[in-house]
Amino acid sequence: MTPGEALAATGVDARAAGPGDAVAGVTPRWVALPESTGEVALVMRAAAEHGLAVVPAGGGTKLSWGYAPTRCDLLLDTRRMNRVLEHEAGDLVVRVQAGVTAAALASALGEAGQQLALDVMAEEATVGGVLATAAAGPRRLRHGTPRDLLIGITVVLADGTIARSGGKVVKNVAGYDLGKLFTGSLGTLGVITEATFRLHPLPASRAWVTATSPDPRVLTAVATLAGSQLEPSALELDRPGTHGPLTVAALFEGVAAAERAKAAAELLGDGSAISSGPPAWWARLPGERPAPDPAELLQETPGGHPTEDGPGPRLTESSPGDRSLEERVPQGGGFLLELRVPPAFAGRALAAVAWASDDAGGPPVHVRGSAASCVLHLAVPVDTPPGAAEIFVTSLRSEVAGDGGRLVVWTAPPEAAARLDRFGPVGAATLMRRVKERFDPEGRMSPGRLAGAPPAGSGT
Amino acid sequence: MTPAPADLSGLSGRFLAMLGPHGVITDPVRLRTYECDGLTYHRATPAVVVLPETAEQVAAVVRACHETGTPFVARGSGTGLSGGALPRSDGVLIVTSRMRRILEIDVENRRAVVEPGVTNLAITEAARPYGYYYAPDPSSQQICSIGGNVAENSGGAHCLKYGFTVNHVLAVELVTPEGEIVLLDAMDPGYDLLGAFIGSEGTLGIATKITVRLSREPETVTTLLAAFPDVETGGVAVSAIIGAGIVPAAIEMMDALAIEAAEAAVRCDYPPGAGAVLIVELDGPHAEVAHEFARVDAICRESGAFAVRVADDPARRAAIWKGRRSAFAAVGRISPAYLVQDGVVPRTALPAVLAGIERLSARYGIRVANVFHAGDGNLHPLVLFDDAEEGAGERAELVSGEILDLCLEHGGSITGEHGVGVDKSRYMPKMFTAEDLDTMQLVRCAFDPRNLSNPGKIFPTPRLCGEVPGVRKGVHPLVASGEADLF
Ligand SMILES: Cc1cc2nc3c(=O)[nH]c(=O)nc-3n(C[C@H](O)[C@H](O)[C@H](O)COP(=O)(O)OP(=O)(O)OC[C@H]3O[C@@H](n4cnc5c(N)ncnc54)[C@H](O)[C@@H]3O)c2cc1C
Ligand SMILES: Cc1cc2nc3c(=O)[nH]c(=O)nc-3n(C[C@H](O)[C@H](O)[C@H](O)COP(=O)(O)OP(=O)(O)OC[C@H]3O[C@@H](n4cnc5c(N)ncnc54)[C@H](O)[C@@H]3O)c2cc1C
Repeated sequence: MTPGEALAATGVDARAAGPGDAVAGVTPRWVALPESTGEVALVMRAAAEHGLAVVPAGGGTKLSWGYAPTRCDLLLDTRRMNRVLEHEAGDLVVRVQAGVTAAALASALGEAGQQLALDVMAEEATVGGVLATAAAGPRRLRHGTPRDLLIGITVVLADGTIARSGGKVVKNVAGYDLGKLFTGSLGTLGVITEATFRLHPLPASRAWVTATSPDPRVLTAVATLAGSQLEPSALELDRPGTHGPLTVAALFEGVAAAERAKAAAELLGDGSAISSGPPAWWARLPGERPAPDPAELLQETPGGHPTEDGPGPRLTESSPGDRSLEERVPQGGGFLLELRVPPAFAGRALAAVAWASDDAGGPPVHVRGSAASCVLHLAVPVDTPPGAAEIFVTSLRSEVAGDGGRLVVWTAPPEAAARLDRFGPVGAATLMRRVKERFDPEGRMSPGRLAGAPPAGSGT
Repeated sequence: MTPAPADLSGLSGRFLAMLGPHGVITDPVRLRTYECDGLTYHRATPAVVVLPETAEQVAAVVRACHETGTPFVARGSGTGLSGGALPRSDGVLIVTSRMRRILEIDVENRRAVVEPGVTNLAITEAARPYGYYYAPDPSSQQICSIGGNVAENSGGAHCLKYGFTVNHVLAVELVTPEGEIVLLDAMDPGYDLLGAFIGSEGTLGIATKITVRLSREPETVTTLLAAFPDVETGGVAVSAIIGAGIVPAAIEMMDALAIEAAEAAVRCDYPPGAGAVLIVELDGPHAEVAHEFARVDAICRESGAFAVRVADDPARRAAIWKGRRSAFAAVGRISPAYLVQDGVVPRTALPAVLAGIERLSARYGIRVANVFHAGDGNLHPLVLFDDAEEGAGERAELVSGEILDLCLEHGGSITGEHGVGVDKSRYMPKMFTAEDLDTMQLVRCAFDPRNLSNPGKIFPTPRLCGEVPGVRKGVHPLVASGEADLF
């Protein structure tokens, strides 16, 4: 049997791949469209028998994150796994398939007055993709990141083994937490097929306070706010120009949100404004086009969303599975970096960004992110010369190292990508490599994606 | 009967050279102080105990163990309730009680850096002058160590709103089972090994330095005690509170027998005639708390509370909590012996499970006092028996075990915070499939290929790391049971 025949013999929907299915420039040979954990296992067993390299994909919005895979024979598209399996409102718990989009989940839970307290950052982003990238938005300040809300997970390993950890209760310490391990794994350990999350009630009201200041001194007020008893849910900053003015925004949630926002506005000083909606840049990565209207997206995926009375209908064959990745991936293609420092060093981090840009000949850098947790995203234009990008990364990384900072290069144009150390030094690199070798001894899961975090050439 | 300790005199000699005479215990009488943790019916005398003072010393000890293939067990304060710190008679017990320095209270970064032997409460006390505290608050917080908390992913009464240890630890420096010092940091990209390490019960290495998040003290704390005729009506109130979109800091319930014990032990003066009491604590900004308190108060009364007390100052709050905090120890007043169980069910299954426990109690003639974290479905049934009575201990064990079966039947867990340890490893196959457990072993093998770090805990007879599992054919039990592919 050829690999193609073996895939067909599983009975799981699959098709030949086209150039539109390329993952960071690497075109797979097949695309599989499983609908359940069991189907993923069938596909993975067939892939194991034929030594196929597999890259899982969710919404495809962040397939360019990390190194390009060194091989990709099979793209495992999870978007038909889009059902809400269990939602017990009284338990504040939901179990979903990994291909459910964040937006669809939000609307399903919203009907019960509940939410998964993660920010919906890209309407097509799936639960699996959010976990695999460990992506979190502004409300990380109050609710943490995906790993803090995940209480159970089901995964399928490279050899087709189905494994589960955690459960559907909020409090549970039985066994190792595989969910944590798979958070941030970028598809290199296995396929996430189901996830169970703890939920929160939707807040009664929300209020934002925004203030724009000519320089980073406003961060002192941000620090005061972060240490205050007003309990903001989020504290974000946006600085479109490398040396330009800075906008900060705080979110308050709850019955007395407006009252707390008023107190925060006093702290932030003259020129701060209170609003009932977020600023346009809220929960968006810098350098990406603004999100499309969610209503539009819902129309594009008929039948793909769970309905009130339970799981959604199965998708028909011509549903969004046929929109190629190319059509789904946000355009831009520039550099996206993630800078983390301990919160007290936010001001120094912004200064370091400006210096590093000067060192590199002045490419404009757009900084945006969580001011109080100090997780900042940096966008650098696509036409920045590779040499300048390299100087920027090296210089910024060494600048923040003294403060215990980290710099990750999530995306880079192909010419520059080859020259950049994407992850920088990672203390636990050897342990990560060993975990990878145990879970995927043949190196067939998204090979190369995390290379560099573990020492180069380690096969990870 | 505990097995006689093995002769590890060669290793002990090396430890003496590394740690000096104060850092090594080989005297049989002194060794016996370490023969059990809080779960006293499992005992073993360690072959040797070491008391290192630095991470480098821990690493040197572990390297020597690794070279010689000697198993080792970490121990903090020994308050664990699942036998996690049960020593090995053929191994080394590494005790962190001399690693008790608070290295840094970093208010600007809202974090503290501490050694593993520091007690949970000591962190809060060191942070309090700045208006901060360490949120996870196990009832044992005065004595349990932060290293033990990390190993058990400990919770506390307030984890309903604030989460567990894993949500409050920013970095762990650990000595791997091969004796290397490695930093796991939440800021690093890649697999969340920090998250995987927390809750691994000492099986993936020894934490030697821990960075925890400090939380700002809330502006207001209000505590309410509501007395109900029975547990069922109290349960109705809990559902209504959650249903109203309120997430209190804590919701705790005690049944009549637990109240009786607490009254006997500490005279907590709960409203007379209560078949159940509910403690609800709300905290946060004034305006929020005032609004939510009014709702909770109304809900309790509407659901059938016949008395409601309120405390918004520390003294009165302490009075309300007094009974709840003493509950475990208090049952000693009404029963010669007891077992503490720790199981979890989805909150909505609480009424059914409590009724089930009552039936078990009647069937075996064994009293069960219930104290539980009602907000998150974490039950702590106290199974009371008289150890002088023939067969009572065995019956109590049966009741305790069947309570876990009940939890599993309702989609719950065999442990919410006390860990698996040695006590519950035999229940792991009831909760997880062989594939699930084998996959967890992959993590174990990545960290500890020789299976030397706290072996025999959590997992029932694991596969050796070199062994390849048989090719799995057929249907996964989850699929067969209809759970995995329900729709
Ligand atoms: C502050 C912030 C703001 C953001 N704003 C935006 C924004 O404006 N626009 C935007 O597009 N995105 C934004 N994101 C990122 C967004 O959250 C990601 O799109 C999302 O996390 C990826 O989901 P996806 O389904 O598209 O994953 P994909 O792009 O399909 O996959 C991403 C990675 O996860 C792996 N993966 C996917 N599914 C699985 C699975 N089931 N099992 C194992 N591995 C899997 C893939 O192999 C790949 O490595 C933002 C993130 C942050 C932190
Ligand atoms: C009265 C009482 C009330 C309790 N209440 C609660 C509660 O409310 N919530 C709760 O969660 N628990 C509670 N517990 C259980 C217990 O206190 C916790 O599990 C605690 O975290 C154990 O800490 P310890 O220092 O005593 O650890 P130990 O008992 O010494 O060890 C526990 C486990 O941790 C490992 N370990 C210890 N130190 C390290 C280290 N540095 N690195 C790696 N592994 C290590 C040990 O090997 C062992 O497996 C209670 C216990 C008692 C006796």
